[in-house]
Amino acid sequence: MKSAVIVFPGSNRERDMLYALELITGVKPVAVWHTETTLPDVDLVVLPGGFSYGDYLRTGAIAGRANIMTDVARKAKAGTRIMGVCNGFQILCEAGLLPGVLMRNAQLKFVCKEVGLEVANAKTDFTSKYSEGQVWHCPVAHGDGNYFASPEDLARLEGEGQVVLRYAKGENPNGSLNDIAGIINDRGNVFGMMPHPENMIEPLNGATDGRVLFESVLEAVA
Amino acid sequence: MIRNDVTITPELVAEHGLKPDEYQRILDLIGREPTLTELGIFSAMWNEHCSYKSSKKWLRTLPTTGDRVICGPGENAGVVDIGDGQAIIFKMESHNHPSYIEPHQGAATGVGGILRDVFTMGARPIAALNALRFGEPSHPRTQHIVAGVVAGVGGYGNSFGVPTIGGEVNFDPSYNGNCLVNAFAAGLADTDKIFYSEAKGVGLPLVYLGSKTGRDGIHGATMASAEFDHDTEEKRPTVQIGDPFSEKLLLEACLELMASGAVIAIQDMGAAGLTCSAVEMGAKGGLGVELNLDMVPCRETGMSAYEMMLSESQERMLMVLDPKREKDAEAIFHKWGLDFAVIGKTTDDLRFRVMRHGELMADLPIKDLGDQAPEYDRPWIATPKRNAVAIGDVPAPNDLGETLATMLALPDMCSRRWVWEQYDHLIQGNTAIGPGGDAAVIRIGEGPKALAFTLDVTPRYCAADPVEGGKQAVAECWRNLSAVGAEPLAITDNLNFGNPEKPEIMGQFVGCIQGIGEACRALDFPVVSGNVSLYNETNGKGILPTPAIGAVGLLPDVSQRATVAFKAADETIVLIGETTGHLGQSIYLRDILGRRDEGTAPVVDLAAERLHGNFVRSEIRAGSLTAVHDISDGGIFVALAEMAMAGGMGATLSTPDDLPLHAWGFGEDQGRYLVTLPEKALAHFLGRAEMANVPAICIGQTGGKQLTLGAGTPISLERLTQAHEGWLPNYMAQAVEV
Repeated sequence: MKSAVIVFPGSNRERDMLYALELITGVKPVAVWHTETTLPDVDLVVLPGGFSYGDYLRTGAIAGRANIMTDVARKAKAGTRIMGVCNGFQILCEAGLLPGVLMRNAQLKFVCKEVGLEVANAKTDFTSKYSEGQVWHCPVAHGDGNYFASPEDLARLEGEGQVVLRYAKGENPNGSLNDIAGIINDRGNVFGMMPHPENMIEPLNGATDGRVLFESVLEAVA
Repeated sequence: MIRNDVTITPELVAEHGLKPDEYQRILDLIGREPTLTELGIFSAMWNEHCSYKSSKKWLRTLPTTGDRVICGPGENAGVVDIGDGQAIIFKMESHNHPSYIEPHQGAATGVGGILRDVFTMGARPIAALNALRFGEPSHPRTQHIVAGVVAGVGGYGNSFGVPTIGGEVNFDPSYNGNCLVNAFAAGLADTDKIFYSEAKGVGLPLVYLGSKTGRDGIHGATMASAEFDHDTEEKRPTVQIGDPFSEKLLLEACLELMASGAVIAIQDMGAAGLTCSAVEMGAKGGLGVELNLDMVPCRETGMSAYEMMLSESQERMLMVLDPKREKDAEAIFHKWGLDFAVIGKTTDDLRFRVMRHGELMADLPIKDLGDQAPEYDRPWIATPKRNAVAIGDVPAPNDLGETLATMLALPDMCSRRWVWEQYDHLIQGNTAIGPGGDAAVIRIGEGPKALAFTLDVTPRYCAADPVEGGKQAVAECWRNLSAVGAEPLAITDNLNFGNPEKPEIMGQFVGCIQGIGEACRALDFPVVSGNVSLYNETNGKGILPTPAIGAVGLLPDVSQRATVAFKAADETIVLIGETTGHLGQSIYLRDILGRRDEGTAPVVDLAAERLHGNFVRSEIRAGSLTAVHDISDGGIFVALAEMAMAGGMGATLSTPDDLPLHAWGFGEDQGRYLVTLPEKALAHFLGRAEMANVPAICIGQTGGKQLTLGAGTPISLERLTQAHEGWLPNYMAQAVEV
């Protein structure tokens, strides 16, 4: 599987993502600088975590308008799998590729801890190797993970099975609506999530639950 | 003669923190009255923070060399060889005064400064820790300072992208008007790609990189060298503002530039900004420096030479570049959206010249700015010895279990989860042991090697007996590293004290240094970097002597590490080390009985410390131990409770017959560990301990959901955990009346 990771100024988990992708797919991913205008021909495009542009205007707002995002939108339309993690999820929302927005955590504090994630939809390319309702463990590390969408958008997301991951009961770390941790677009190729599966891939991390997500994509591509 | 539009009055000299005799020294050195810019430069170079004028004499007594030491104190950070062509580069530095005035920005820029020290030398930061000390919880400012400092530390490190993996948090009334924020950072570099600040070559371009210069932080270092009084609030403008986003860009740009081979010398602009960095680079290389301030990228218009030389704007670097590579270098910086400007050159005349609008604003002998800084042998008196407390004079608690629950919920003893969950401790994906253990462990690259990190000091011991307290701080770090299975390599020290002009404070300083030196020599644990913060006083009252130690250890194989959590039921708990029931200066005496500052500090037997640590480490590496925890504040009972809470599993202890239970369990004798192992392995283990001459006795078994401490009523783990986890979040959620 060929993959690319977009690097914005202020991205800081791009190295974690590059490492995870290479470890799991066996192919070195391409790092793409934000000023580029064309993405390489790949099976998966990842927008990694971090604080692009310092998150100074609004998380993901400036990166959502970066040069490279025009081609990300084009690729999304053409059906290429796009995944945004943490800041990447925020950027996908800001770029209009996913509905809703990620607001400041309800407790108004950054939170880094391991949480349980419940698979709400195991029929996506990103979760097919999990089972529906399965709870797996994954770290979160963010200050703005409080997912919000309009009642119409939310009803559509819930109705169409576009809510892919939820924080397990009682473990919502940020106050997000309906415990939403990850969503997918209606076409099923653009996926965003707040937690960090790339930090849950080897025994050193305490568990390898996050690996399954990458293996799902790997299987979908094959 | 250069123009001087401002008359230098004694008042102006005093405002710059210079004593009359120090000013006379300036007049003697340059043979004329200094200009205002020159006076500012001298004040920046000769203040305590930059010149170490009160501490230098004593710092020289510390051991700073060793087989693995590549670079000791004097550079931006210490460099230690970890084999395979790799080095760990680390340092700890205080940002106490700014953090009290403006907690969020003060702490944030403290983190920024120490990260810069590390990557200036070519290292990519892999770990950050911090030692924080706040006033008593009931003080009206404490909650506000805790909230601001923690948010500031987290906000900077999280955005920059370094895991913040541990440290210390303490509360004490002596920090009411003067909190301590000591930030530690460590980075990884190849031993053949380490960058230093010594400028080489005449006529080479001096390049300014990073953020623009503004009026923030002017005289920050001078402020850090003065006591606080009621007007402290007015010093807010001297606090710098941090921008972790710029720092992250600066990191990537610097590492890219270093890899390109264009960098000859590099120095970050920290305390006293442009002045200190330019003078150090020139003086170290035996070269003069000429600066044209018109070329400095400024954030504000109309800045004077004086302001520019003293600004402490953050995220800035100074480099000497290979002139042939100037264009490549500029391209790299522009790619990262950072300022790049040639602002001067090296010269061969050993003068430090500063030009502004075509006029010479300063012309000083560069060597004398550093080398000729005053150095004091300040009078000191040794801290009087405290009287010992006899065990018989310390009453036992009515209910041991409840007392333990109370102790685990003390401000100094409770869980720090509320703090470290605000720090990204998992980024980079190499965190093998995160916050909450004896030492944090970070894997190196793809392994199997790993490094362990810890910070420690027990200020109440240092106050009671500076020599023993100094020894204890080093020994506890050594113990923490050994307890995870790491070989202790070297330390950095962050020496926080009150006003050194008072002989009793200077006596604390001298005593602590003596203790630190003794321990470092006995444990082959050299000091490779450090920082001194004096004048930590408010309205004439000093803080507890707080020589915080940061230490680094090496694990050859990350899979051979130990953690504190109990792993399985029916395992044997073994106590390593000698127990005499030392209750002097203990948490039990201070906080349960309210007898503050009573008794002697526990004595550290350095030979035993070394023996016990080496034994525990070798057993961890042999895979024979299932859990390991060092014993410190609160003694055996607290260590046991922490192991139980971490593992979600209780234990039953057998009662000692030679000591009262509370003295045995809450005493704070040094050089001890609790370990667990399967029962069937016990006999062989005790045999090996005996062979190694290490005291080891079986004191109980794991299992159940409660702690049974000898004959006392058992206490449930749930009750202990609630008490332990509850205090800090509850305290921070309280509405405070100001």
